[in-house]
Amino acid sequence: MFTPHTPQEIEEMLKVIGAETIEELFDKVPENFRFPELDIPDGLSEMAIASELQEIASANATTDDFISFLGAGAYNHYIPAAVDTILRRGEFYTAYTPYQPEVSQGTLQAIFEFQSLMTELTGMDVSNASHYDGATATSEAANLAYHFFRGKRKKIVVSRSVHPHYRETLRTYMQGLEDVQVLGDEPAAGVSSDLNKMLALIDKDTALVIVQYPDFFGRIIDYTKLIEAAHSQGALVAFVFNPTSLGLLKPPGEFDVDIAVGDGQPLGIPLSYGGPYLGIFTVKDKYVRKLAGRLVGETVDEAGERAYVLTLTAREQHIRREKSTSNICTNQGLMALAATIYLSVLGKAGFKQVAELCYQKAHYAAEQISKVEGYELAYPNTPFFHEFVVTTPKPVSMINAHLQEHWILGGYDLSQDYPEMNNKMLIAVTEKISKDDIDDLVAVLQEVDHA
Amino acid sequence: MNTPKGLKYAKTDEWVKLEGDVATIGISDYAQDQLSDVVYVEFAVEPGDSVSKGDAVATVESVKAAADVNFPADGEILELNEAVTENPESLNSDPYDNGWLLKMKLSDPSQLDELMDADAYDAYNESREG
Amino acid sequence: MLKPTIYELSQAGREGVTFPKSDVPQFDFPNEFQRETLNLPELSELDVIRHFTHLSQLNYSIDGGFYPLGSCTMKYNPKINEEAARLPGFANTHPLQPLVTVQGDLYLMYQLQEWLQELSGFHRVSIQPSAGAQGELVGAMIIKKYHQVNNAPQRTKILIPDSAHGTNPATSSMSGFKVVALPSDERGNVDLEALKAECDDTLAGLMLTNPNTLGLFDENVVEVIQMVHEAGGLVYGDGANLNALLGVVRPGDLGFDVMHFNLHKTFSTPHGGGGPGSGPVGVSEVLSEYLPSPIVSVLEEGDDETPPFFGFYTPKLSIGRMKAFYGHFGVHVRAYTYIAMLGAAGLLDVAQKAVLNANYLMAKVKEDYPLPYDRTCMHEFVVEGAWEDIPDIHALDIAKRLMDYGFHPPTNYFPLIVHEALMIEPTETESMQSLDAFAAAMKAIAKEAREDPSILQTAPHTTPIRRCDEVKAARDLVLCCWMPE
Repeated sequence: MFTPHTPQEIEEMLKVIGAETIEELFDKVPENFRFPELDIPDGLSEMAIASELQEIASANATTDDFISFLGAGAYNHYIPAAVDTILRRGEFYTAYTPYQPEVSQGTLQAIFEFQSLMTELTGMDVSNASHYDGATATSEAANLAYHFFRGKRKKIVVSRSVHPHYRETLRTYMQGLEDVQVLGDEPAAGVSSDLNKMLALIDKDTALVIVQYPDFFGRIIDYTKLIEAAHSQGALVAFVFNPTSLGLLKPPGEFDVDIAVGDGQPLGIPLSYGGPYLGIFTVKDKYVRKLAGRLVGETVDEAGERAYVLTLTAREQHIRREKSTSNICTNQGLMALAATIYLSVLGKAGFKQVAELCYQKAHYAAEQISKVEGYELAYPNTPFFHEFVVTTPKPVSMINAHLQEHWILGGYDLSQDYPEMNNKMLIAVTEKISKDDIDDLVAVLQEVDHA
Repeated sequence: MNTPKGLKYAKTDEWVKLEGDVATIGISDYAQDQLSDVVYVEFAVEPGDSVSKGDAVATVESVKAAADVNFPADGEILELNEAVTENPESLNSDPYDNGWLLKMKLSDPSQLDELMDADAYDAYNESREG
Repeated sequence: MLKPTIYELSQAGREGVTFPKSDVPQFDFPNEFQRETLNLPELSELDVIRHFTHLSQLNYSIDGGFYPLGSCTMKYNPKINEEAARLPGFANTHPLQPLVTVQGDLYLMYQLQEWLQELSGFHRVSIQPSAGAQGELVGAMIIKKYHQVNNAPQRTKILIPDSAHGTNPATSSMSGFKVVALPSDERGNVDLEALKAECDDTLAGLMLTNPNTLGLFDENVVEVIQMVHEAGGLVYGDGANLNALLGVVRPGDLGFDVMHFNLHKTFSTPHGGGGPGSGPVGVSEVLSEYLPSPIVSVLEEGDDETPPFFGFYTPKLSIGRMKAFYGHFGVHVRAYTYIAMLGAAGLLDVAQKAVLNANYLMAKVKEDYPLPYDRTCMHEFVVEGAWEDIPDIHALDIAKRLMDYGFHPPTNYFPLIVHEALMIEPTETESMQSLDAFAAAMKAIAKEAREDPSILQTAPHTTPIRRCDEVKAARDLVLCCWMPE
């Protein structure tokens, strides 16, 4: 389909090669396995596939069809048209990894700007060029801490209030490191914001303490005591942050954390059924040489012109091979570009506006929902950003089924990941939700209650 | 290639200066030339650590490579030359003097007998170039 | 400087995209958590569009020119793929929506799993891993867990050919294995004697790229795999070079136990300037319960009237989750579109033309460059970018000079076993004319190397910037923009 060869050209080429047929070029492939019959349908023209794809896509209902209150790690924000306009430029999306800086200054400068925006947003010193997503960035944080202590400290203490998928991924990654224990998030640990149980676990064998800010339940918690405890035992601390919240919230850097990681999906990246998203990884200066993943640095060329290059590459897999601390090769180049454009086109004013709108609308929703009989805020005395937990009078699944009939996607059913949290719904509100949407939700909830 | 007499050399391109039972090590002129511009030095040990022969005690990074520095004997780390982490270039400009990496107290100085002297090391390097 | 940064363009008070005022009552924000300064740039939308348009114009890209990068498979990225991924029906689905509302997404993912299984000969596929390197990590972890479950914890050795991509040993070591390098013989095959010597009861497995990074199909591949199996080990296939095998042979049929795919190489999804990729993993029946979770499966069979109902399955011995949610769905859509358009015949055509192009180019380029392995290649080949009688010219110089001729350089200094390697992979989407132009440039550079070497050593001359001071970049680390306080 995309091969341009005419029969004449093929003939000419074979002559130059000195072969009779293309088939004979595959002589070394064991004969009995060569050219199998594949049970894959015949190819389709572009017109036909376009039609088929429309059909498949229409078997879905989307956040355009529903009013959605789903968050839990992926957020429905407005993406300005400028983002995709740039992303669709072939010079960006069909470019390779910028190993040859002379012909990749576009990509390299964009990543450099991304790194800069991430350090500013988080208040940290250095950002890498991105990781696969927030979950893998969190795992790489543990990797960094483990290697920082040269394997002498074997405990990773993680809060139960960190995203469940992130904790699962962390455990998958820690399997490869000898005798490393991931603890602190067992059901018995609970999700109390007083963090006392976590504090009790931190000792001289702790490499890293991981908490989320705001946490998985949307709560803004003061981790100062925890950070002090960790540092006094010589352990490192990592925050898992939500980037939109940092339009309003004090950044991780001001809490003196060592590592701040998160997922940049809210920054101009569509929901796209879970991926591709954007892992953000930032650290304090002292850890820069332990950073996995690509880094773009500023330098000059032979003519003295400012230029950008991939740097500290000796840390990476293609040079260190078995001695590198991580095997990471690709980053999420195009998604990092999306975030860079999003933050540039929103700028200081626009980004702050989005954060404020999320905050205000979420608080209005919380206030209105808690007025419905049978519904109450699970954590009424803890501040939150744009997500909050509501205790429901009936199982969340039943309520959501009813909401769906009214074209509303209710919040996340927490019992799916937290068996101790039955009848708890995690509701997210972004700038895309209007007051009317919230009032509609409340009206339907009142109905369910009376059912 | 500069190969000072009076030092001992390992096949893995470290030099050793022995004073009593205290050994100072670094990387040879040949090594720094192979690596080209050193950009970073990282120590894998701290004063007080025990090391065995062959253990990696530091990593030297250049733009195109990262090489481990191995200690050719058993002993205890006494002192690190932290200055090289600020000025990694000194490994290129002055590998035998300001570019020293660390000092170690040897448990068995006779282990160093296996190492080459300056002439043997030069001959070894010539055979590698071929 | 070439272009100012967004911070340098910023003007205090300038606004870009703004949002409507809040339509709800005001709620106070807790002071103790309030951010004091937010130093983001202040640009108009036009500023932003111009800035990134200018940056894009500094880039080389497939849409602009030929990229003969070995093992990267820089084939054309079909534009219909981009339309497909952006269909609102796909782009606007939230990963935690009830299953009944996302049957379209799940159908597509399931079908992609099935097609990858079919064309590779593996029993089951997970499309969750984010990239090739992550897919490799999955492979290594599966091997590790398999031996644990089978009470063979002493199996800690992984064999990796010296020609392998750097991620192979990095991955093995991240998984707690001991890496032993295997030499290649004079024909570029895995050295069988060396392999035999390592086949003992500490052998966990072998990581094999076939065709290898020399572009050569291992002439003893079936025997190599058998030897490892007989010693109780497993064989992992690095599927980076699958472009040469589509419709030609199925790695599962050859005996591979586990393999990763690179959707952003073989299946035309764009490289994006360094991602996102996608690295699905296929396994044999014996390993099918070890795949990362969750994978897409049929929860309820359909019939003539109703389609099947899709959902998720957690394999019983799963190594666990590799990331949040289900994988790079946006990339899956592109790969699905590509395979659907090609069909079985189109897939075979890809491999045939890829191999045709590589052999044609090799025949032309070897006229002027030393060819270490002079036998039929697969989809790529390696030449030496150096001549014994011109000691001052290196592969790097040739690579840099190619940019003056309007080409992106081939992969250089890899594989490590070839001196001054230049690894060239044309892919099947390049025309004969495109290949001729590249061969002509290589010929001209070979001539310049003899007659005017300094023009190579100081190349490139016509690109936006000249050669960079990489030492300075590493010593004087500047990793973010200078910003006003």
